[in-house]
Amino acid sequence: MKRMQKTTRSNFITYGIVIVGAVLLQSLDSAGKLSSLFSGLLVPLCTYMILAVSLNLVVGILGELSLGHAGFMCVGAFASAFFSKVTQGTMPDGLRFFLALLIGAAVAGLFGILIGIPVLRLRGDYLAIVTLAFGEIIKNVVNVFFIGRDVNGFHVSMKDAISLNMDAASGEIIVNGPQGINGMPRDSTFLVGAVLLLVVLIIVLNLTNSRSGRAIMSIRDDRIAAESIGINITKYKLMAFAISAAMAGAAGVLYSHNLATLAATSKNFGYNMSITILVFVVLGGIGSIRGSMIAAFVLTLLPELLRSISDYRMLIYAVILIAVMIFNWSRGGRTIKELTSVKLRGIARKKPRGKEAR
Amino acid sequence: MALLEVKNLSISFGGLRAVSAFDVTIEKGQLYGLIGPNGAGKTTVFNLLTGVYKPDEGIIRLDGEDITRKKSIEINKAGIARTFQNIRLFKELSVLDNVKSGLHNHYRYSTLSGILRLPSYFKVEKQMNEKAMEILKVFDLDGEADFKASNLPYGKQRKLEIARALATEPKLLLLDEPAAGMNPNETAELMETIKFVRDQFQMTILLIEHDMKLVSGICEELTVLNFGEILSQGETKTVLNDPKVVAAYLGE
Repeated sequence: MKRMQKTTRSNFITYGIVIVGAVLLQSLDSAGKLSSLFSGLLVPLCTYMILAVSLNLVVGILGELSLGHAGFMCVGAFASAFFSKVTQGTMPDGLRFFLALLIGAAVAGLFGILIGIPVLRLRGDYLAIVTLAFGEIIKNVVNVFFIGRDVNGFHVSMKDAISLNMDAASGEIIVNGPQGINGMPRDSTFLVGAVLLLVVLIIVLNLTNSRSGRAIMSIRDDRIAAESIGINITKYKLMAFAISAAMAGAAGVLYSHNLATLAATSKNFGYNMSITILVFVVLGGIGSIRGSMIAAFVLTLLPELLRSISDYRMLIYAVILIAVMIFNWSRGGRTIKELTSVKLRGIARKKPRGKEAR
Repeated sequence: MALLEVKNLSISFGGLRAVSAFDVTIEKGQLYGLIGPNGAGKTTVFNLLTGVYKPDEGIIRLDGEDITRKKSIEINKAGIARTFQNIRLFKELSVLDNVKSGLHNHYRYSTLSGILRLPSYFKVEKQMNEKAMEILKVFDLDGEADFKASNLPYGKQRKLEIARALATEPKLLLLDEPAAGMNPNETAELMETIKFVRDQFQMTILLIEHDMKLVSGICEELTVLNFGEILSQGETKTVLNDPKVVAAYLGE
C-alpha cells in the first residue's frame, strides 16, 4: 500500500534523526567539544524527549488531556531507585540498570492502570483536573515514606526515620521521607537515554499504525461512532494511558539514575513539570510525535543557550514560546506549514519514482 | 423467523414519552423505511436498537437473540451496524483507515505483535487492506483511499459511513437519513447504492428518511411514527395513501 509506505518512511526519518543526533552528540561529547553544562544536559534531554513523546500518546493520539505525567515519572523514578539502592553491589551495574528500567516502567504502568480505571470515565477539563490531583498525590505520598533495612529485613514507617526501630549496627535508611534516596548509583548515560528514546518512539509509532492504534484514534475522533462499530472504548483508553504511564516511568528511571540524591520536590515531580511536558507536546504539534520530540529538545536547550544574556533569558524564552504558538495555530501559519510540507513531499516523491524507472 | 423483532418498545425522558409501544418485524433481506415528521422519535428508535439508550419497556430480538438493554459494542457484535444523522466519521483518519476500523473485530492480531511488527501484523494488515479496498470499491471510493476522511465531499462522507458500517459485517444495517443534505442527483445515486448493497451483501436495511421519493422508490414496507407512536404500518403504497399519514405530513 502506498499509504503504508509513506508512514513507514516518515517513521524511519524520525528514527534517523534520533540516531544521527545521538551519534553526533556522543562523539562531540567524547571528543570533549561540548561544554560541561551541555554535556550535563544530555541525559535530561533524553528524559524530556521521552516524556514528551509519551504524553503525546495520551494527548495527541488518545485525545485526552492528562496533567499528571510528572506523577508517573515520579513513580518510575522511586520504584527503580529503591530497587537499585537495595540491589547495589549484588549484580553487575548494566544488568541492574536494565532491571531497574523494566521495574520503573512496569510499576508506573501499573499505576497508570489503577489511576486510569476511575479517571478515564471523565472527559475533557475534568479529566485534566483529576489527573493533576493524582500527580500531586503521588508526589506527596512518596514524601512521607521512610523505608529502612537491617539484619531483620525491611522496616516501613510513614512517620519518621526513628520510628523505623532499626537495629543500630546494621540499620541503613533507604528512603528517607522528604530527603528521598541518597547515594544513588549513577547509571544513566546519554547512550542509554538515546536508545530508550528510540525504543519509546518505535513503540508509539508502531502502535499508532496498528489495529489497536486505529482503535485509539477512532475513539479520539468520535467516541459514539467507535462504540457503534464495536470498539471497546474502556480497553483502548486504558491501554493508551497505561503504555504512556509506563514510558513516563522509564523516563523517571533515566532521570533518577542521573542524580546522586533523589527527592520528590515540586520542582521535579510537581505539576510544573507536567505543564512543561504539555508545553512540549502542544508546541511540537498535538499528535505529531516527531514534533513533540524536537520541541522538547529545543525548549530544554533554549534557556541554557540563552544563559549568556542571562537578564533577558526568560523573557526571550517566553517570546519565542508565544511566537511559535501563534505560528503553529494561526491560519496563516498553518498555510505556510502545509505549503512547505507539500514542497518537501514533492522532493521526496521524485526520488522513489526515479528508482522505479531504473 | 424474522430478522428483527421489536415488541412494545418504550422510553421516556422525564415526562416526555419519546417512543411508546413501538412494534416492528423486519424479514431478512427487506428494505424497511421508518418515516415521520420531525421529533417523531425515529432517531430515538435507532438509539434504542443500538444500545445508546436503554428502553423502559419492550423486547428487541435480532435473529432470535434477545439484545434488549445490551451495550452498543455487544449489539454491534450481535449484528447491527448504523450510520448517523449528523455524519460521524473518524475525521483525522484516512478513508481507508475508517473502513479498517470497521474491520476491527473481524481481523485480529495482538497489540504486542503490532508494536513488535511480528509476521502476523503484516499478514493481517494485508488482508485488512484488501478487504477494505474491496468495500471501498463498491462505493466508488477506492480512488480516495488515502484522503483524510474530513476532506471528502459531503455525499462521499455519507457513503463512507455506510462503508464503515458494512465493514463490521452486520446482519442489519440502520441508515439514519442517508440522503439528508443531498441534491436530487446524489439522492438518486444513493438509492442505487442502497439497493446494490442489499443485493450484493444480502443485507437487511432499516432506514430513516424524509425524502419521500427515496422512500417510495426503494422501501418495501414502512412504519410511520408520530409523537412517538405508530401512526401506520405496512406496505409502502398502502401506508403512503393512508389518510392519517397524509394528514400528519401535510396537515388536515
